[in-house]
Amino acid sequence: MIRATPEGSLRARLARAALHAGLAAFTLAMLYPLLWMIASSFKPERIIFTDFSLWPRDGSLRAYVEGWTGLRVSFTRFFANSAFVAVLAVIGNVTACSLAAFAFARLQFRLKKLWFALMLGTLMLPYHVTLIPQYVLFLKLGWVDSFLPLIVPKFLAVDAFFIFLMVQFFRGIPRELDEAAMMDGCGPWGVYRRIMLPLSRPVLATAAIFSFIWTWDDFFGPLIYLNDINLYTAPLALRSFVDSTGRTEWGPLFAMSTLSLVPVFFVFLCFQKLIIRGIAMSGLKG
Amino acid sequence: MAARSAALAQQERAAYLFLSPWLIGLIFLTLGPTLASLYLSFTQFDLLQPPRWIGVENYARMFFADQRYRNALSVTFIYVACSVPLKLVFALALAMVLDKGLRGLTVYRALLYLPSLLGGSVAIAVLWRQIFGYDGLVNEALALLGIDGPSWISNPNYSIYTLVILRVWQFGSPMIIFLAGLRQIPMELHEAAAIDGASAFRRFRSITLPLLAPVIFFNLVLQTIDAFKAFTPAFIVSGGTGGPVDSTLFYTLYLYQEAFAYFRMGYASAMAWVLLVIIAISTAAAFLSARYWVHYGDERE
Repeated sequence: MIRATPEGSLRARLARAALHAGLAAFTLAMLYPLLWMIASSFKPERIIFTDFSLWPRDGSLRAYVEGWTGLRVSFTRFFANSAFVAVLAVIGNVTACSLAAFAFARLQFRLKKLWFALMLGTLMLPYHVTLIPQYVLFLKLGWVDSFLPLIVPKFLAVDAFFIFLMVQFFRGIPRELDEAAMMDGCGPWGVYRRIMLPLSRPVLATAAIFSFIWTWDDFFGPLIYLNDINLYTAPLALRSFVDSTGRTEWGPLFAMSTLSLVPVFFVFLCFQKLIIRGIAMSGLKG
Repeated sequence: MAARSAALAQQERAAYLFLSPWLIGLIFLTLGPTLASLYLSFTQFDLLQPPRWIGVENYARMFFADQRYRNALSVTFIYVACSVPLKLVFALALAMVLDKGLRGLTVYRALLYLPSLLGGSVAIAVLWRQIFGYDGLVNEALALLGIDGPSWISNPNYSIYTLVILRVWQFGSPMIIFLAGLRQIPMELHEAAAIDGASAFRRFRSITLPLLAPVIFFNLVLQTIDAFKAFTPAFIVSGGTGGPVDSTLFYTLYLYQEAFAYFRMGYASAMAWVLLVIIAISTAAAFLSARYWVHYGDERE
């Protein structure tokens, strides 16, 4: 526990080296399944099960080529669908949530307390409770088997957690800035556009990143709403891939699984700090 | 005065414009559907015919007649009760190791977070199916020791625990929260206690645990709610069935089957409401118990 061990003493240095070795071994063990899957996606099919190594000898891209066209429709389509849904979800969440958050953080209006309490209340609501009536509604609107049920709710700020997050952030921006802008003739819209949005990049980015990760990984929504294989998102395609190949061909399956993890991993590489801070400060689930 | 109230009225109009997307969503996608599903839970509804009122029959069937439901409940409770504490213990242990002021902390933290980032995906669930399959990685490793392992995912005695392991493996995000909490504990307390001769275990019990209690509580509530709602791993690992012999039939998976495989929308709505109540009760229980073990720093003011 003591962070300030005296530097330099041999015992302390040895202890630290042992700790590093232990941690590194543990980390490797934790990442082993992931690394093994990636390595296996490059290995010849027949040795996948018997080879523990993380470095594929005589590796090839065969599994990727096979996997990419392993279903009736190619993964080009599935990844394009996933990207389309995820990008629109990000835009929807950031726009709609920041608009609502601005009203809660800065404007005076009747019933504000009631609406705010309702917003907090919806945070606790498991989505199963709204699931079936929402499905019926989208069915009646003729939206089932389209991307609309996955996208439109984001433009209506249904992920209220982001509103909460943004309200917290907006409240920290000095009001003097708003007032100065008002003096210069800005209305609420001007304050929102010219003061709030530019000063809130960290929270907007956090909302965008988590929206992207959640939507990209989302399985339940696409499972319920998308039936046409041409509309499948990557996770849904993977699932039918499992069903269609059974246990015969793991190579292509691992190859496509690996690819489906790449965008989320890439986002993590680019925005590591924001993601970790987002979790540490507000418990956003990763 | 008139100018002022005009300005207020204008602000009010602006406020409702800003709120309008959310308000529409609240009414049509959240509040409306919540009430509608409460109504549907007292009906029989298959999407084709209009809902037919049957009173509390759905609830009666759920509690007294439906063996599969009872099973789904117990599977889910086992899953929550095993995975949440284990995950938190792992997260706290790793956070404490990382808090020792090592160089490369950010690298370890990032790497250990990866399973948490990726673990909820279909891809990892697919991987799990292989790892714990009959000719999967685990059995290949056991074979080296001369042990002939069963197919873990298709053995009803073990299948649920493969999912527990999958969840515990994702200890990264509570670990990050614990790490942030540990950073808040003043170093001086530990130093003073060490000088007074307190052992590492004693310091952990008397300093770390009480001061970290609010963070532990936060993680506990968050993880419990999350575990109740788990769906993807069970769906993928069992191929959508919740099998073998319903041993991985999570509550949410059963709800999904009732609604979208058998089109018993009324029954599924009732299940959703009971899930809401279960989550509410466990959260309330956590808050009640918190009185005895969670103390906030500013409490006495």
